[in-house]
Amino acid sequence: MEGDLTASDAVWSERDTTPGAIEAALRELLRARHTENANHVPARVLNLVVVVDARWSGEIANRLARVGRYHPSRTIVCAVEAGRTTLDGRASIAADETKPGELALARELVVVLCGERHLAHLDSIVDPLVVTDLATVVWAPHGHHDAVDSLLPLAQVVLVDSVDEPDVEEALERAGSLAEQAYVVDLAWLRSTPWRERIAATFDPVKLRPDLHMISRLTIRHHPDSGAAALLLVGWLAAQLHWRPEKLLPRREAVAGKAHARRQDVELSLVPAPEQSVRGLATVELETASGRWLKLDRGPGGLHASYKSARGAAREWTVLGASRGESGILGEGIRQALLRDPTYRPALDKARVLAP
Amino acid sequence: MATSAQATPDNPLVEGLERLPVHPTTLVIFGGTGDLAKRKLLPALYNLAHEGALPERFNLIACSRSENSHEDYARVAEEAIRQFSRRPPDDDVLKAFLERVRYVPGTFDDPSVYTMLSETIDAFDEEAGQPLNRAFYLSTAPEFFPVIVEQLGAAGLDHHTDAEVRCIIEKPFGTTLAEAKDLNQRVLGVFEERQVFRIDHYLGKETVQNMMAFRFANGLFEPVWNRNYIDNVQITAAEDIGIGTRAGYYDHAGALRDLVQNHMLQLLCHVAMEPPVDFSADQVRDEKVKVLHAIRAPTAGDVEQMAVRAQYAAGTVGGDEVPGYLAEDGVPDDSNTETYAALRLEIQNWRWAGVPFYLRTGKRLARKVTEIAVTLRPVPHLAFKQEGSVGVKPNQLILTLQPNEGVSLSLGAKIPGTRMRIRPVNMEFLYGTAFLSQSPEAYERLIMDAMRGDATLFTRNDEVEAQWRICDPIVQHWEGTPGPLPTYEAGSHGPEEAASLLLGENTWRAI
Repeated sequence: MEGDLTASDAVWSERDTTPGAIEAALRELLRARHTENANHVPARVLNLVVVVDARWSGEIANRLARVGRYHPSRTIVCAVEAGRTTLDGRASIAADETKPGELALARELVVVLCGERHLAHLDSIVDPLVVTDLATVVWAPHGHHDAVDSLLPLAQVVLVDSVDEPDVEEALERAGSLAEQAYVVDLAWLRSTPWRERIAATFDPVKLRPDLHMISRLTIRHHPDSGAAALLLVGWLAAQLHWRPEKLLPRREAVAGKAHARRQDVELSLVPAPEQSVRGLATVELETASGRWLKLDRGPGGLHASYKSARGAAREWTVLGASRGESGILGEGIRQALLRDPTYRPALDKARVLAP
Repeated sequence: MATSAQATPDNPLVEGLERLPVHPTTLVIFGGTGDLAKRKLLPALYNLAHEGALPERFNLIACSRSENSHEDYARVAEEAIRQFSRRPPDDDVLKAFLERVRYVPGTFDDPSVYTMLSETIDAFDEEAGQPLNRAFYLSTAPEFFPVIVEQLGAAGLDHHTDAEVRCIIEKPFGTTLAEAKDLNQRVLGVFEERQVFRIDHYLGKETVQNMMAFRFANGLFEPVWNRNYIDNVQITAAEDIGIGTRAGYYDHAGALRDLVQNHMLQLLCHVAMEPPVDFSADQVRDEKVKVLHAIRAPTAGDVEQMAVRAQYAAGTVGGDEVPGYLAEDGVPDDSNTETYAALRLEIQNWRWAGVPFYLRTGKRLARKVTEIAVTLRPVPHLAFKQEGSVGVKPNQLILTLQPNEGVSLSLGAKIPGTRMRIRPVNMEFLYGTAFLSQSPEAYERLIMDAMRGDATLFTRNDEVEAQWRICDPIVQHWEGTPGPLPTYEAGSHGPEEAASLLLGENTWRAI
């Protein structure tokens, strides 16, 4: 899957076609591929339905091309062209290189060029094209809420990236609304995973666990577009530690406010970090009423940790780990579609309360 | 010191995390310049670092005889990682990883080495401002295992205030029952059993663990998983390669010690064990030990009836002519070491009484495959006429571990047409088609489990001894019986003599 999604190396294509014709062509392609090489077996993991603007589909194709081993088995791209009234279809099957005695996975790509008029009933086009009994994941990186809503009865999972939406509050509301109907995998949430792991690890030693309930200040610096990721991290701490958060308010270039913990209030501050070139978080800084202080910074080779004990002893170290990059995040999102994280919804609910 | 399993209820932040926190750890590899360290351990550690899976503070100390500085060893480690890592290393992560590597030179029986080691470990604790867990990985020749363990004890490195100390021991764990018992005694004279992690890397393989999921997460199989429905079980670990450059090791070990005593008996345990109460280390291992105890140890007189050994002769593999075992470099002309071993075992309990378990392994066989074939009893009565049928065969369930991990079930199906003719067809499931994730290397999983203190995938002392109790009489008998051994042509399915083990209508499944 390279270049422009609307112009992939189609083995089969037809103008003014129907979903039934595309589905029949796919079956024939699979049969032909298997006849040509019996070692080619179709991957059967999940259906990924991607709704994109046709003119921006190249960027999405490039992202999908780099997800590596987390590639879905059947990808159905609905590329939306302004003013189009008919459907054009293309289908292709790509297989890994075969080694003697080993099987190679074959993955199917279907591209359907459609118009805006099709979006409200996109389910009737996509339904015949998904592999029955596999999980179906919907991803609409260019918006198209009407198309996603139409596909919800077919889908078990919706992939969103809350940092894609210009308005953070709207992004979280949309994620919350989708989460009522399907399992939501939010790439903004996945960007915070290494940070959540490290905060959890810092407070994991038995003698430090009481300090979790003494957190008194939390400051997060984030890529200017990644306010949603920062809010979700605060929401996670609030949900897991039973804080009662208040709506954050603008304060100079940041947003700030507080959450009420059982023993004390927690001062919260989310600050954009314009110097950060990649999406996600730049720094997380925590302070406890007992005098402990932890700061995690994005750095080469992993997160750079700085820690001061209650007695003032300072330590620094690197928590090893490679950056996953945007393609890695998307691949992780596809993988997570088959898992269930019970902590996202509670974190999202708290983040919606906090959203300025 | 708490393990993460203990931490789960008390640390609300670990809920939902795929990777649970592991206490900061200093790992010491004895034999840090050896082949295993270079090919497996260092790449596994790097990959864990790459994924952010190592403890948040992690230090590595290598200990070996070669004179190296820390910087020299870091270069050795970098080269090994670049050559053998399953993913291209990220330069920043690799650099940060290598900055935490130290080297302690010396011979393993020299007490001053352990003084130096202790100082290096203490320096890491000092730097961290807290006692770090300590894991000692014995990746040396087996004769050094007791030496190192006793020196660790003498140096007081077997325990640490407010932190855990663990000892990871590579295979082989003894080469006879007496050696295994002696080694257990010496290891347990220094460490407690809960501190000891005996590696059998097969147990770290995803597909071996999947066998438990397959058996105990599906109601479909349990009703037939017994002597009433199962006719026989065949476990095969076939390799198409010869011994390569490993003559020195292999000619002393042989096929029985190399694969049957450990890996294949573990596979047998996974097939035959009762469902454990839960998947905690001791519950799972208790059930496996029960299976091993239910296998009667053969007497010298039994061995000829239940075991076959052979050596490969010259032949053709993959279109190439290959030499026989005795013509391989480094193999003595009069070697009696078996390159093929096959056994017939019986598990004497209510579930399995009367069901033969056939195990076979060999080098230079027709192809590389590791699988478990469970053959069901034939249907009691067939209503169709057999005329024109290719053949109705008993159902066979095949669990393939490599190369194409999956499960296949053979069924009888009607051949299309007007007549009722039957032929066998396969219903196949391949793990690779259904899961996105690449299985981690077995060593990555095992190293993490050991650092976490989870012993489920490691062999317990009584388990090792129970395995040896079955294999030791065969080893003794074979070593006391002069050659020459039966042979099989390289590239074949094994020696004809193996057929003598089969009961009734049983046949060996084609490799």
